[in-house]
Amino acid sequence: MTRTRGEAAVTISGLVKTFGRFTAVDQISLTVGRGEIFGFLGANGAGKSTTIRMLCGILAPTAGSGTVAGLDIVRETEQIKTRIGYMSQRFSLYDDLTVTENIEFFGEIYGVYGARLARRTAWILAMANLRERQDSLTGELAMGWKQRLALGCAMVHEPEMLFLDEPTAGVDPASRRRFWELIYAAAEQGVTIFVTTHYMDEAEHCDRLALMHRGRIIALGTPAELKDGYMAGTLLEVRAEPVMAALERLSSLPAVREVALFGSALHAVVGGPDEADDVRAALDAAGIRVERLAPARPSLDDVFVALIEQAERGA
Amino acid sequence: MTDIAIEIQGLRKTYGELVALAGLSLAVARGEVFALLGPDGAGKTTTMRLLAGILAPSGGSARVLGLDVFRQAEGLKRRIGYMPQRFALYGDLTVAENLRFFASIYGVPRAERLAREAELLEFSRLGPFRDRLAMYLSGGMKQKLALACTLMHSPEVLFLDEPTAGVDPVSRREFWRILYRLAGQGVTLFLSTPYMDEAERCARVAMLDRGGLALCGTPGELKAGLRGAILEVIAEPPREAKARLAALPGVRDVHIFGERLHVWLETPDAEATVAAALDGLTLIALRRIAPGLEDVFNALAAGEGEA
Repeated sequence: MTRTRGEAAVTISGLVKTFGRFTAVDQISLTVGRGEIFGFLGANGAGKSTTIRMLCGILAPTAGSGTVAGLDIVRETEQIKTRIGYMSQRFSLYDDLTVTENIEFFGEIYGVYGARLARRTAWILAMANLRERQDSLTGELAMGWKQRLALGCAMVHEPEMLFLDEPTAGVDPASRRRFWELIYAAAEQGVTIFVTTHYMDEAEHCDRLALMHRGRIIALGTPAELKDGYMAGTLLEVRAEPVMAALERLSSLPAVREVALFGSALHAVVGGPDEADDVRAALDAAGIRVERLAPARPSLDDVFVALIEQAERGA
Repeated sequence: MTDIAIEIQGLRKTYGELVALAGLSLAVARGEVFALLGPDGAGKTTTMRLLAGILAPSGGSARVLGLDVFRQAEGLKRRIGYMPQRFALYGDLTVAENLRFFASIYGVPRAERLAREAELLEFSRLGPFRDRLAMYLSGGMKQKLALACTLMHSPEVLFLDEPTAGVDPVSRREFWRILYRLAGQGVTLFLSTPYMDEAERCARVAMLDRGGLALCGTPGELKAGLRGAILEVIAEPPREAKARLAALPGVRDVHIFGERLHVWLETPDAEATVAAALDGLTLIALRRIAPGLEDVFNALAAGEGEA
């Protein structure tokens, strides 16, 4: 399902950013193809936003090199800004301007005027389904609407690449879905998407993912590759009653490396499938009724947690 | 002592012509883990603020722990905890100082403060960071500290407004472990969440829509109540499959879940029509699945939730 067209939209080689003695980004290298939806995952403080700021030409790298849209991220930062769109978590919209005025404001910043601005404004209002609210004050819009407007403003100058930093934080599931429809549509038109998120169901929408931890990339691949190839051990799906007693019991078993609630079931990571019987016996012995206990494919959530804990143990 | 922790009758809140809450009624048992769901603007935060006693209602009544929220607020304040979406931690105070500050606000007796502080630092695993300024904590740690501050006065009922929004998966898991330990101690948890997997693990959930109660029940009941059927389809290319299926008669809605499509069918026997519509595409899987809460939520958002 990859939309990659061969050419690279982003190349990074040995990129480093230090702040004093703190290394925020530590020797990362990756390539993102044109038209790809690339998901950038990691805990707060892992180095995601710092990386994005270097790619957008806002922050100079301490070492290493990179290109965005074929332009050098150290020497050609001004040109980069005209070719990319950036949407931050805080949206940076003006609440006391109307929807149309916000679009016009961003248009001016990016040098979009006259007939072209009129054409782009109409396109954004249609794309983001904001026509009926075009004269509303932005401050009065619900979060989902603001979010679509912010995306529209980031696209006013027809950028070939979009950087979206946690664009869906704080909006409801239905709005998140509508937003991802827009991202897909942009990608189909050839726009490269570089997006960060804490929602693993959104990460599933990406063509490829990188997981960052303490400034390094600790996993890189398609969602399927991450789920099938990166997790050490076997994941057991456990349905048991009472579920909290089962969680406590599983947490205390030495064979269980990690256990967490997953919806109404439990996901437990063990060394291999042959340990399932021991786990079941331990739950039986504790008087816990086991409805189901079987190996299952890990979710991205499981992989994310397991990889970070592996990295922490190795650190 | 009653076994009802929260009882709301016809609760209303209006701002001029805007109706934020249009007569909400529900009851939550003591020790229950109860989730409030709904689209943005449905009235979740308004409900929380009303129940926490920081907003006056326009009508209706609410009792928490048997006390009238609006007439006996003072007696109630020390028995409930409220963690808003943007909890006001003091960035220039350390972790331990924040805890002490909230202990003094809530009138925790001095003799108990140190023990409670130690207990909560252990509970939240913030012990190693006790002397760190709150502004230097990660997002997940800030949320844990906010929860610990809310717990300093040992509340019996906790109101948590999207406590895990914007928190990474590792921190989210840890936060839920703490919530479950609290529930195990008999604390009533009334929370809102944008994560449907979190809603799945609550004893009961209420879905709000435009200020009213659209659905309420256990996750199992809500899923069983969804009309029609859900088909899971994996086909290449997924966007083309979605476009074709969305246009089919008998299909109410199609959503992309990662690589999979969830097709909401009006009538369960439309499976053959779905397969035929995908002719020419690579069909990898097509099966009936049990709906998830997210399907119920999407149905509600599509205006079909009110059965």
